[in-house]
Amino acid sequence: MSDNVQDNKPIMVGDRTIPPADARYININVMGQPHEVPETLTILKAMEYAGHQFKRGCGCRGGICGACGTFYRIEGDHALKTGLACQTVVEEGMTLAQIPFFPANRAADLDLDPDTRMSASEQISTLYPEIFRCVGCGTCTRTCPMDIDVMGYIAYFKRGDIAGGAEESFDCIMCGLCVSRCPANISQMNVAMTARRIAGAKLTPKSEVTAARAEQVRSGRYEPMLAKLAAMDKDELKTLYVEREREPDLAKPGEWMPQDQTYL
Amino acid sequence: MSEEDPVRIPYYPGCTLKTKAAGFERSAMECAKQIGFEMDELKDWNCCGASYPLTKDNLMGLAAPANILIEAEKRCHEQEADSLLITLCAFCYNTLKRTEFAFNTEPKKLETINAFLDRKYEGSIRVIHYLEYLRDVIGFDNLAKMVKTDMSKFKIAPYYGCMLLKPKKELGLDDPEDPVIMHDFLDALGCQTVDFPGQVDCCGSYLIMREPKKVSKLSYNILSEAAEYGAQALVTACPLCQTNLDQSQADSAQFSDIDEVPVLYFTQLLAIALGLNTEGHQLEDHHVDPRPVIADGLEGV
Repeated sequence: MSDNVQDNKPIMVGDRTIPPADARYININVMGQPHEVPETLTILKAMEYAGHQFKRGCGCRGGICGACGTFYRIEGDHALKTGLACQTVVEEGMTLAQIPFFPANRAADLDLDPDTRMSASEQISTLYPEIFRCVGCGTCTRTCPMDIDVMGYIAYFKRGDIAGGAEESFDCIMCGLCVSRCPANISQMNVAMTARRIAGAKLTPKSEVTAARAEQVRSGRYEPMLAKLAAMDKDELKTLYVEREREPDLAKPGEWMPQDQTYL
Repeated sequence: MSEEDPVRIPYYPGCTLKTKAAGFERSAMECAKQIGFEMDELKDWNCCGASYPLTKDNLMGLAAPANILIEAEKRCHEQEADSLLITLCAFCYNTLKRTEFAFNTEPKKLETINAFLDRKYEGSIRVIHYLEYLRDVIGFDNLAKMVKTDMSKFKIAPYYGCMLLKPKKELGLDDPEDPVIMHDFLDALGCQTVDFPGQVDCCGSYLIMREPKKVSKLSYNILSEAAEYGAQALVTACPLCQTNLDQSQADSAQFSDIDEVPVLYFTQLLAIALGLNTEGHQLEDHHVDPRPVIADGLEGV
């Protein structure tokens, strides 16, 4: 990384895996196929190193899009483990398979009526009655790569606390690994998504600041800036991006201001 | 126990006490405070499963209650409290208590569940019903001294149902055929306790979902008998019994020949006896409004 900065080359993310110079090679197993890969790589980069090209099972590479949910085991250990391929570092003896997609029940797409007179709790129990099949085994919670208490938020929904469950499930990235493991066939992530939508629309206090900003966007205030960006050629855009002013990581909230305040 | 520092007991509410039976919980908590203990709700809790598995080898049904017992044990360790878990709902009490019994008598089951959950329950928690706490820890004689309202005009029948008492070997709260705990409770309050044979008959339980007519019939048998023995109202510890006995009276064809009988949670009556403000206890939410009977009982005393 320091080399790149010295050469003043832009840092490109994800296009090529550069293992550390003195990295040891370890053995992993991708869907039954053995590979030798340098240690310190994430599962995603190790797979690319081994020759895989991703069409599914890869998204943001930053641990937040939920596309790269992965199951793995370590040789000699019975435990089934989970992680996001872009966040989990490979280990010696790791056998893994990605789950890029898992079929889940999405009742909300069919039935959610924005003008319904049902309470939030009734909407959830009508759309997803299967939550009452939960036996409380906790497998979902142990599966979640985001360390969310999945069983906990299903418990909130069962006792009618939709806002509580929406809060508890907030970090969900919809990877679907909980859904794949549930013995009661609950699609936890979709129940929670519906709950957060209901909570956002009906239960949480409205933010006046957000409404004002939305109005600014609608008024066309930002259109000229976008048009200006759209008219730039690639090199100009690159320069603009690389030379952009960044708020320092440890700046106190509300204190830092950019030099260029044209657009504020 | 000193008044500044009330005993805090880990408390498991259960789903119904957060929804339909919220008045049961609120009245119980306020009474506890008055009596001198605090019900300390577990932070993370899930549904108890509502019914204990009927097959011996179905361990899955023990997972949910085990999770609850683990939370309670964690809480007791943290706060160096007595290893108790107090409950109100008769269904939750039944499920949790039977799980406690299963783990105590069959350690292999506990071992399997611990391995499955990847958690460690040491088996220390004793599940205790609110009534049991009043009887064994507070003492009904002490409770009687705390009563502020003259209850002598109240003719109340205790209704036990099934879940609080059966099976005796596993719950051990009282004799399932001839129970006295709620009688003694009512005596302590100073009510005229009405003893009637139907006190342990089944109300129909969750048959209400599929065969509401049958539940009406069973409720009628219980309520008409209680009325015949002179009861003005029933008290119960079970939200499902309460719902069945209370809501069934909407079936006017079945109930044509008797007057309405209000069905109260025992803590709603306790709150009145302790002279508490009953606002928020949801007396008005019962199908048969108990307030006229209460007003009658309080009149002229």
